[in-house]
Amino acid sequence: MELMEIAITLNGAPRSVRAASVAELLREIGLDTRKVAVERNEEIVPRSTYAQAALAPGDQLEIVHFIGGG
Amino acid sequence: MDDSWEVAGRRFTSRLIVGTGRYKSLEETAAATAASGAEIVTVALRRVNTSDPAAPMLQDFVPPDRYTYLPNTAGCHTARDAVRTLRLAREAGGWNLVKLEVLGPPPYLYPDMAGTMEAAAALIADGFEVMVYCADDPIAAKRLEEMGCVAIMPLGAPIGSGMGVVNPYMNRSIKQNARVPVLVDAGIGTASDAALAMELGCDAVLLNSAIAHADDPVLMATAMKHAVLAGRAAFLAGRMRKDYRADASSPMSGLIPSAG
Repeated sequence: MELMEIAITLNGAPRSVRAASVAELLREIGLDTRKVAVERNEEIVPRSTYAQAALAPGDQLEIVHFIGGG
Repeated sequence: MDDSWEVAGRRFTSRLIVGTGRYKSLEETAAATAASGAEIVTVALRRVNTSDPAAPMLQDFVPPDRYTYLPNTAGCHTARDAVRTLRLAREAGGWNLVKLEVLGPPPYLYPDMAGTMEAAAALIADGFEVMVYCADDPIAAKRLEEMGCVAIMPLGAPIGSGMGVVNPYMNRSIKQNARVPVLVDAGIGTASDAALAMELGCDAVLLNSAIAHADDPVLMATAMKHAVLAGRAAFLAGRMRKDYRADASSPMSGLIPSAG
């Protein structure tokens, strides 16, 4: 079976991904799900729903984490 | 003596809250934060660098199970951006105690009070517990308290300016009129500034650059810890009255007669 790639925007940059869900996307990038938060098309994706949250072409994803700040 | 304080039902011993930004390294962040004795730390929320997912993260150096993370909205200039940022922070961290700041333009980054109130209303309606950075304006401060903010945090001076507490009279009046904790947030430059903020009666002090931009951040963190303790003790002790005339400290009786 051929692996399908879809074009999304990830943190402001275009990116082709094989992931079909947010959970797969985080795995594909190599991120610890406990340390990030995800927004898809300006809506929060709750951590408990990453596996069910399907990705579609053109989706705008934001993946954020805590950094030092005052 | 138990001199702890409480915000949003959480009790803390340290009256110093420190930011975790502007350090040279995460190792330095960890060392200075530990030296400060702070129990609450402010943190920012930013995009992950997806090309370097294994990069060390703040949580590995300043663990959230040891420190209470207070996510901020630094860099947000509209209510919409601030609310969006804190919703993401709540999802990332799983807690609802936050620091709201909606900032005006450079060079002062002065609190935008219209945007701040708009964001505060939306956040409180959404279940957040909002510690709010604000102008040293007693009317605005009272309004934020009445809206339901859990702590009022007027600036001492512009963020990162190190100018100290430039309007101590209004900071004190905000504290005197408030029923929720009042913290001086921003502007602290050195230990005496932090002590002054506490001598005014404030519940705590929030600072970042004063430690991170000192030549020796860890030593300055220690100084700040002691300054906050000293300022708090001086406030509780009640300072003496000021008088322009001298009032001799040594008794006048039993003085040996002057020669000649």
